[in-house]
Amino acid sequence: MLHTLVALVEDKPGVLNRVALVFRRRAFNIESLTVGRTDVAGVSRMTIALDSDQVNVDRVMAYLYKLVNVLEVEDLRDVPAVARDLALVKVAVGGHDRGQILRVVDETRAHIVDSGEQTMTLEITGEPPHVDAVIARLEPLGIVEMVRTGQVAMRRGDTALSTAQYS
Amino acid sequence: MQGRLDNMPSQRTGAQIIWECLVHEGVNTVFGYPGGAILPAYDAMLDYPVRHVLVRHEQGATHMADGYARAGGGVGVAIATSGPGATNLVTGIATAMMDSVPMVCITGQVPSKLIGYDAFQETDITGITLPITKHSYLVTRIEDIMPAMKEAFLLAKSGRPGPVLVDITKDAQQSKMDWAWDPRPVTMRGYRPKLAVSKGDLAKAVDLIKNAKKPVILAGQGILQSGAMAEVRKFAEQINAPVALTLLGIGSFPASHPLNIGMMGMHGEAWVNHAIQEADLLLAFGMRFDDRVTGNLKTYAVNAKKIHIDIDPSEMNKNVKADAAIVADLRDALKDLMDAVAPKDHAPWIKYIESMKGDAAVRDIQTLPDNGHLYAAHVINDIWRLTDGKAIVCTDVGQHQMWEAQYYHHEEPRTLITSGGLGTMGFGLPAAIGAKLAKPDAEVWAIVGDGGFQMTAAELSTAAQENVKVNVAVINNGYLGMVRQWQEFFYERRYAATPLRSPDFVKLAEAHGLVGLRAEKRPEVADVVARARAAEGTVLIDFRVEQEDSVYPMVPAGNDLDAMIRRPKESVLVETAADQI
Repeated sequence: MLHTLVALVEDKPGVLNRVALVFRRRAFNIESLTVGRTDVAGVSRMTIALDSDQVNVDRVMAYLYKLVNVLEVEDLRDVPAVARDLALVKVAVGGHDRGQILRVVDETRAHIVDSGEQTMTLEITGEPPHVDAVIARLEPLGIVEMVRTGQVAMRRGDTALSTAQYS
Repeated sequence: MQGRLDNMPSQRTGAQIIWECLVHEGVNTVFGYPGGAILPAYDAMLDYPVRHVLVRHEQGATHMADGYARAGGGVGVAIATSGPGATNLVTGIATAMMDSVPMVCITGQVPSKLIGYDAFQETDITGITLPITKHSYLVTRIEDIMPAMKEAFLLAKSGRPGPVLVDITKDAQQSKMDWAWDPRPVTMRGYRPKLAVSKGDLAKAVDLIKNAKKPVILAGQGILQSGAMAEVRKFAEQINAPVALTLLGIGSFPASHPLNIGMMGMHGEAWVNHAIQEADLLLAFGMRFDDRVTGNLKTYAVNAKKIHIDIDPSEMNKNVKADAAIVADLRDALKDLMDAVAPKDHAPWIKYIESMKGDAAVRDIQTLPDNGHLYAAHVINDIWRLTDGKAIVCTDVGQHQMWEAQYYHHEEPRTLITSGGLGTMGFGLPAAIGAKLAKPDAEVWAIVGDGGFQMTAAELSTAAQENVKVNVAVINNGYLGMVRQWQEFFYERRYAATPLRSPDFVKLAEAHGLVGLRAEKRPEVADVVARARAAEGTVLIDFRVEQEDSVYPMVPAGNDLDAMIRRPKESVLVETAADQI
């Protein structure tokens, strides 16, 4: 079962290490982990995508809460949420029609962000399954290089995991 | 310069700030070992009213700080230098982590500009100890020393206590700043250990207690840490429920109290484990359902509802699903519970448990006639009797530890100090030294095995130099006894690497300028114990006990809690030729 955990953490040295340790100790495989700043100085936000059953996710959340530098933890599986993933994919253009790539771009809301003699680089943004689907279509054309950010996510609607109390 | 404790800012070195902070936190005894990266702090130490105990190995410093904290109820402090000094702390830190002992470890670190350059005696000690500390700090600037120290003490002693490491670079110790103690309490936005009792689960608990016919209270170390001994006693009496103890919970409920049924778990008394398996309600107070306590989780107390009260939310539903999970300080929770439940009477249930004791008494080694051999259980029971049950006993890990738990009956909290969770051999002697320094007026015994004792035996030298009086009872059976027992039970008596040849412990004590005694027969026990108690300094007694005795009952690891190996009714006390080792 895919869970998306969001953690508000203090922006201090070693925090990423401490969080990673919670997953490593029980050998949980993280699908993706992103870290970035929030609107409040000193507070960072992690989005952790994790394929695991509910019992283990409950354990992980309890252990994350135990970390002194972790302020809040939430499982977005429980609430309506919007998630985005971004991929940059460099596709080979030699040996086949550039038009094939352009057709994928057209049909999938991908963007061309760079173009060389031998390759084109596309940016794909969307829900993670959308990004998966576009990459699947590009694979037969020859992917030379690829990078994904991993997903970021937040609740839909007016409720929020607010940082206000930490400013 | 004499340390000053007023609030006027004045020039201080980082090294001085460390001691100012320690003194402000109420520390008057530290355990440590100097070295290059911590030298500035050691130099400053001479000007502060703190007793430093020079250990023989840094592991000893952590166990002493541990014993000091467990006996005295305060925070234990260990100090070491960088590199090997710091890595030698690791076992003691892990021990304190597993048993939730408040401890602050201060380590020197190489100068900040050398970190990451594989400098001499550099090691990433905050990295190494990450999984075995409650929290840790790497301090590279003088202005961060006081905040780190204040947070370290708060974290160590609040909530679920634990060890905190503060690693301070040499340049931070050497630099100077205008400094004054900040008396304001620390606040940490990610750390909220004080949780209010949830009313919903409290109501559920009240209901469960009301409907229970066969309740058992499981008393853990949390009772000691919460200081809830009186509340637990009152509550147990109010609902008339028998009390079973975890190893670390021993002392939290008086052994002589009629509701105390004894220790549970792998080497718990048979009737205790049966009572738990047959109970319809378990009230778990400050304990964590360790696998040594539950045996096979699938068959553990299947008919019982569970009320779990603990201060650590991550313990809830970890091993055992709670029907009422109350995350709170135990004392607060029990006050609320006591107001809400009516007195109860469980006389038939208690009578039933009593009736199970008969069979165990027949098997009890105490009731066997003296066959001329000395048994560890006899030694420990005699020490209990001769010390009026009032000593603080620190143990190592293994058979003697279990016999201690079975045959020394503790009335008072913080009188059994033992490594429960990590099971650290070598813990007993240094912990006893620490305990004695925390409780100078108490009689302190280290009851250790011949194996574990030799892991930290060098600390005898510390006891001699520091003039600390502890009595060391070496339960000497010539084997790594508990491992040998497992080999006997589960490995067809193939004694791989368990026969143990030791030096002459009496001469070893004498080499340290200490008194060494020996007893080989039961009638000799009383005399050597009396001589040890009367002697001024530390005394070691070499008790030559039966070599192949085993601890009973025993729940083999992972088995059902009521599937115990019992001491056979006919004496199986094995005679072993001394020439076997």
